[in-house]
Amino acid sequence: MNLTEKDVRKVADLANLNLSDEEVARMSHDLGHILTHVEQLNALDTSKVEPMAQVLFDADETATLREDIPHTTLSNKDALANAQLSGAGYYKVPKVIDRT
Amino acid sequence: MSITSLSSLTIGTIRQGLLKKDFSAKELAEAALAFAQAENPKTNAYLTFSPERALDAAAKVDAEIAKGSPIGALAGVPLGVKDVIVTKGLRTTCGSRMLEHYIPPYDATAVTRLEEEGAVIIGKLNCDEFAMGSSNENSAFGLVRNPRALDRVPGGSSGGSAAAVAQGTAVVTLGSDTGGSIRQPASFCGVVGVTPTYGRVSRYGLVAFASSLDHIGPFARNVEDCATVLKAMAGRDEQDSTSAFAPIDDYHALMKRSVKGLTLGLPTEYFDGLTSETGTVIEAAVKKLESLGCTIRKISLPHTKYALSCYYIIATAEASSNLARYDGVRYTMRSESASLSDMYRKTRGAGFGAEVKRRIMLGTYVLSAGYYDAYYKKAQQVRTLIARDFSDAFKDVDAILAPVSPFPAFKIGEKVDDPLTMYLSDIYTLTGDLAGVPCMSVPCGTSGDGLPIGLQIFAKHFDEATMFRVAWNYEQAS
Repeated sequence: MNLTEKDVRKVADLANLNLSDEEVARMSHDLGHILTHVEQLNALDTSKVEPMAQVLFDADETATLREDIPHTTLSNKDALANAQLSGAGYYKVPKVIDRT
Repeated sequence: MSITSLSSLTIGTIRQGLLKKDFSAKELAEAALAFAQAENPKTNAYLTFSPERALDAAAKVDAEIAKGSPIGALAGVPLGVKDVIVTKGLRTTCGSRMLEHYIPPYDATAVTRLEEEGAVIIGKLNCDEFAMGSSNENSAFGLVRNPRALDRVPGGSSGGSAAAVAQGTAVVTLGSDTGGSIRQPASFCGVVGVTPTYGRVSRYGLVAFASSLDHIGPFARNVEDCATVLKAMAGRDEQDSTSAFAPIDDYHALMKRSVKGLTLGLPTEYFDGLTSETGTVIEAAVKKLESLGCTIRKISLPHTKYALSCYYIIATAEASSNLARYDGVRYTMRSESASLSDMYRKTRGAGFGAEVKRRIMLGTYVLSAGYYDAYYKKAQQVRTLIARDFSDAFKDVDAILAPVSPFPAFKIGEKVDDPLTMYLSDIYTLTGDLAGVPCMSVPCGTSGDGLPIGLQIFAKHFDEATMFRVAWNYEQAS
């Protein structure tokens, strides 16, 4: 399995991740190597096997429901405390819409 | 019990010492902090110390003792917490530049429950960045050294948690396990490490790596202390909808029953490719359990060889989604840029280390349009087969014995250049996480170089009691 540098850049774009040219070259090699290894799964016939998304245990269908009782949660101030930039109770980010 | 022998303290001896007034919780907390701070340059196991929080917790324990009130199951016990588990007001970095200055606004449920039982948190423990790694060489704040051999890795990703217990700077610690990150470092450092059943301990406040595989579990110097910590933090939590309602057994009563009459399975697939030293040590441990009256039966877990591929697809896919939140908006670090999308990209490019980037990329690739069925769905189907291997095996046996790792602790730098070789050090631990069964590492001997080797014990879902019973009886006899 080969992953070209162009493929790597496309995936990095999907992942919102800046990679240096050096990182792209390394990633192309490493991901290709790992993807070749995982091709071994194709040897297994799984056509009649249910996919397992989660470890599930027997419980009533409503077991995870709870009474609808109001309780306190994080304050606005606490929730914003780790933001690099906030103001007027909101997270602040660079301008998204250019009005010019 | 004297306070000068910190590295041999147990939960039980601390309790006796406190109740007999040999020492106060405050004296113990001060001594433990001073010892951990003095020893830390050798291993770099701790990233942050928490003297204020420790002394507050200790003062509460001393006040209870002064009043003659009953004290908690972990009263005064010095506890270290892996830095992927959040602690309110106490920096939690996940071993990443991205969270170097992150101060969580809440406590993980496991932390709350242990502190309610009187545990004294002395600090936060180093780990591979976002728990991704098998050697603790991926921390942005420096690698951790194995206290048993300082030129070797402590294992990972919970390397600091295992090293602190082995070094004696904490009596018990918390780690997390997604593919072996508790058992493998426990084995490398010669301590006991437990991965409970998936859902047994709330994941609330465990920074998410791969949500369907993530577990919180304890490290300690003996089986009983691990059982005490697990008992204190286990059980349903409304904050984690995947936490289980299953009743929690009386581990301490059940584990001290004889193992006579138990049937233990030996999966043939776990004994290919072992170093001969590891093989010999594991075989001797199996013989010891046989001599205690267990019946040993060879079994097969036929899909074991597919676990690595299955795991690296599922874990990276979930990670790529979970780590999308670190985008420069909410979690401290931001690389400035005039445009929003460029700010995301630059922040993530600068904040994440090489292994985290590799896994985000792999996960994004396997989930991308056109590849989802071929990789992600396929891996989920193989996960069903791996889980079924265990449920079939447990029709015939009460527990399963295996090595934790094919080899003991390797040298620092030895595997760092080849991700796939590094991943192979987890081949015997990945299956337990994929199936969601409880599993643990208990020390069972050393290699010729004196490096610790761990015996892995798997049990049925929610049957930690039988797992502890095998481990405790083995520990007492060895």
